[in-house]
Amino acid sequence: MTAQPASITPAPLILPDDIPYLPRGVRLADDRVRGIRVLQAPERAMQLDPIGDAILSELDGARSMAAIVSGLAARYNAPEDQIAGDVRDFLTGLIERRMVFVRVP
Amino acid sequence: MKDQQHQPRDLDGNPVTPGLPMAMLAEVTHRCPLMCPYCSNPVELTRANAELTAEDWGRVFRQAADLGVLQVHVSGGEPGARRDLAQIVAHARDAGLYVNLITSGIGITRERLEELDRAGVDHVQLSLQGIRPDMADRISGHPGSWDKKMAFAGWVQEIGFPLTINAVVHRQNLERLPDMIDLAETLGARRIEVATVQFHGWADLNRRALMPTREQAAFARQVVNDARVRLRGRMVIDYVPADHHAVYPKACMGGWGSTGLNVAPDGTVLPCHAAQSIPWMRFENVRNRDLGEIWHDSDSFNAFRGTAWMPEPCQSCDRKTIDFGGCRCQAMALAGDARATDPVCSLSPLHAQVVARAEADAGAETADLIYRRMRKGE
Repeated sequence: MTAQPASITPAPLILPDDIPYLPRGVRLADDRVRGIRVLQAPERAMQLDPIGDAILSELDGARSMAAIVSGLAARYNAPEDQIAGDVRDFLTGLIERRMVFVRVP
Repeated sequence: MKDQQHQPRDLDGNPVTPGLPMAMLAEVTHRCPLMCPYCSNPVELTRANAELTAEDWGRVFRQAADLGVLQVHVSGGEPGARRDLAQIVAHARDAGLYVNLITSGIGITRERLEELDRAGVDHVQLSLQGIRPDMADRISGHPGSWDKKMAFAGWVQEIGFPLTINAVVHRQNLERLPDMIDLAETLGARRIEVATVQFHGWADLNRRALMPTREQAAFARQVVNDARVRLRGRMVIDYVPADHHAVYPKACMGGWGSTGLNVAPDGTVLPCHAAQSIPWMRFENVRNRDLGEIWHDSDSFNAFRGTAWMPEPCQSCDRKTIDFGGCRCQAMALAGDARATDPVCSLSPLHAQVVARAEADAGAETADLIYRRMRKGE
């Protein structure tokens, strides 16, 4: 029996042209008591930092991840490569939790 | 008058600092058409005439939201046994809460499910007792339950609710876990919760019928690990393992009185759904006091907050802020002392005894099921 090498990278769950969106039952909300933003999802409320909130606020169900990255890079005057990595990693974590869905164009 | 700047203290008088709860379990009724022998409701069930009204629940939800609660789990019993369930749900949404409906799927028609959609249910969690009619109907004690549940799951999909399947596993169905995970996927579930029976209350009466073997517990862990890899990005698997076979106890409620609270059908406020199994503990009621005051300032919630109350071996253990000494109710049940180290912990002096008893129960000839029922004549 051969074990898979531990370093194997799982297949990407989102590609630049894919369109990420919040499915039914997942929504951004204000946590008025704690004064923060949260992502409300089935049986889980996830506390968001300003970066997470900024990324998720861009999900309109129409634009691709690449377009969202470009917009954020321009708005925050940051290198697109770095934003692309942050956005992909953040969204991948949420796709794994089924809190973000992806539409393939 | 309330004391000014009253200092909350644990059961030994040590000062504690309450945090804020994220989630509330609202058990809106104990009535249920099913009779599952591991039901998490207390053995002493509350009658319909003692239940809070929908207006009462509205007030509780507003107090909960003011306190910091973000999500409510509307459960029971079977919440569908309340004719005014849609009104209760609407009150929760009006208060700004995210509404999870936890249901057996029995007794909610397609029309009522559409009404619950309009009222604002965000997410549906459906319990399954087996992957075929024979097992599902036998465990639930309800002939025809399987067919009703499958119809209900279809309506959930058609309406478009996010769906979680809740599969309680035990000695009699664990080997079918792979099929259960497949079924959840077929039903379009985003999540499946695989929860090994927790041996409190009703389940404790059925230990000899339901206690999994050590081999089954290991098998379940392997099935879950494999399925998580295979279903990555398609379905989430949350898993509550068999803690009688674990090395360390589970962090019950993520720490007593730290992140969650439970309101029982009659308005009793509990730190966890099994807390009434601690006989000396007194609980307060939303009929008499604001939920926020109960959270911050009641003896029951403060009793086991923080870590100062912990005896050895917990007190000097570096896991004391990870698992908080385990489950207080299990300590009560197995050690006869709610303060004790949870005896399922390998560091507990009672651990060997607990494991021996679990293995004896798991190896016993399968006992008849004792079904959950209300006692007659009350």
